[in-house]
Amino acid sequence: MAKKKNSWLAAPFGVWMAFFTLIPLGVVVYFALTDSAGAFTFDNLLGIGQHAGTLLRSIWLGAIATVLCLILGYPVAYSISRAKGVSQQTMVMLIMLPQWMNFLLRTYAWMTLLENNGLINKFLGLIGIGPLSMINTSGAVVLGMVYNFLPFMILPLYSVMTKIDKHTIEAAQDLGANGLNVFRRVILPLSVPGIITGITMVFVPAVSTFVISKLLGGGKDMLIGDLIEMLFAGTAVNYNVGSALSLVLMILIVVCMAVMNKFDDGEETGALIA
Amino acid sequence: MSNSVISLKDISVSFDGESILKNLNLDIDYGTFVTLLGPSGCGKTTTLRIIGGFVEPDSGDVFFSGERINDLPPHKRELNTVFQRYSLFPHLNVYENIAFGMRIKGKSESEIKDKVTAMLRLVALGGYEKRSVSTLSGGQQQRIAIARALANDPKVLLLDEPLGALDLKLRKEMQVELKRIQQKLGITFVYVTHDQEEALSMSDIIVVMNHGEIQQIGTPVDIYNEPENGFVADFIGESNIVDGIMHDDYDVEFCGARLKCVDSGFAKGEEIDVVIRPEDVVVIPVTDAKFCGTVLSSTFKGVHYEMIVEIPNQDEDWLIQSTVSQEVGREIGMTVEPENIHIMKKYTGDYAGDEEYADSAEG
Repeated sequence: MAKKKNSWLAAPFGVWMAFFTLIPLGVVVYFALTDSAGAFTFDNLLGIGQHAGTLLRSIWLGAIATVLCLILGYPVAYSISRAKGVSQQTMVMLIMLPQWMNFLLRTYAWMTLLENNGLINKFLGLIGIGPLSMINTSGAVVLGMVYNFLPFMILPLYSVMTKIDKHTIEAAQDLGANGLNVFRRVILPLSVPGIITGITMVFVPAVSTFVISKLLGGGKDMLIGDLIEMLFAGTAVNYNVGSALSLVLMILIVVCMAVMNKFDDGEETGALIA
Repeated sequence: MSNSVISLKDISVSFDGESILKNLNLDIDYGTFVTLLGPSGCGKTTTLRIIGGFVEPDSGDVFFSGERINDLPPHKRELNTVFQRYSLFPHLNVYENIAFGMRIKGKSESEIKDKVTAMLRLVALGGYEKRSVSTLSGGQQQRIAIARALANDPKVLLLDEPLGALDLKLRKEMQVELKRIQQKLGITFVYVTHDQEEALSMSDIIVVMNHGEIQQIGTPVDIYNEPENGFVADFIGESNIVDGIMHDDYDVEFCGARLKCVDSGFAKGEEIDVVIRPEDVVVIPVTDAKFCGTVLSSTFKGVHYEMIVEIPNQDEDWLIQSTVSQEVGREIGMTVEPENIHIMKKYTGDYAGDEEYADSAEG
């Protein structure tokens, strides 16, 4: 009863959702399933095959960036969560700080660092190394992804880890667990929800990015985001193919997340029994 | 020391410059149920955490079966703890919680299964193996925490106010249960509580602590009947503590009355503290009375009435318990049997229940 009474509170958001998410989604599906004349067709979706390389490369680079974020972010999140009150807040602040600068600006800054006559190469030249070609490589794209999305990995991990009761860890020690066992049997399984959220929050924007690949990848190896942008606003405008690609990307991401969540459930009900 | 499973020698600890334990010495014998009892902040939990290995003493030594274990980390100590807030592993079911310690030791699956089954039966939760710990009630979680600790066959079980979060009825049940388990297994229990009744009903030995120092060590009967100082007398049950003078052996004066008592060995004319339990005050006709007072209030407490009585020329009002209620405002006569008069050396420290007593005196 109470639920029903209060449901109107969500009405403004419902209207917002309808106009700016559901209807556009319908439009995307419509364009994906029609040709330029507006007739129903599967050609756009069936033609995705020729872009498979771009799609796979996007997923591959996004996956590498996500794994790197997890490897870099996990220990940081753990040490922040175990720090004392004030230093904990300071460290969270420092992680958030770069986020207050514009995303484009941050990415441009990396351009000037990585360029052939950029800051890093100038410095390397001083000590007799290089110049290395760093800009316009897949490595630079991954670097840009990791740099921009790392906080999205750290913050959910941190928030889950602070909720792990200190006494739970003491209980594990009391039962004979050394540092490694405490980590493997208590901290890691209890931080799985944070890992899942972190992966989602990094992987989704990394897969669909086009700014990072354009600026740091030089547009050489196109990512799916670049392709979609091109099809809507670039040189080869084709809303129908663009919509089909968007739809496929969306479905792929949803499938990836569903698989991840399945893994999460399995972990909680006793993956350690095996 | 030969018979002690745990010995603490000259243990001192301070946190942020505040002294928590001062030169604490304590020997705990094999197979006993020892309770560390005291008000919050008395250092009882810190003492337990030192034994468990979670707090390192600033000075002093910890011995386990005669071996110094100061530098042994918690996971290598042959004892287990039941934590105050259970601290079960939320990601594991009941079976895996109890199996945790045995898995780390690399026990075989069949051995683990047998032990878990036996432990669940011990805590009367047979058949709960597959349950998620979050679906259990507080009392059930507490039992699982006990089973999880005991599954490792510890020589000593440490319990940190384990019943604090349970309601009164459940707490009483668990007290009986814990005592039964301890007697069945015959291992040493070191139990921390601030509840004097809990301590009296379960322990073989009670260690009364205050301000980081041991006030008295003894059996529940000793502690209750022969408190060594005013703090113990006041903390264990309610007491009336009054100034008195020892005129001679077995001859004491307090509240303007001279009474026979059973204590001796004090100097003639020595000023002492007299402890009278509220239930030991006998109400008699004013004409026969040793001393008299006016009833200020009378409260029904179930089995008895609790009355506050004002006695002329006394700083504090008396608390007396009787099955017969007296009219408020009436003057009553009182006396105390010689064996119920407890004489103690003058105590200069704080009295534990002063504030509470003052509250009830006003109300």
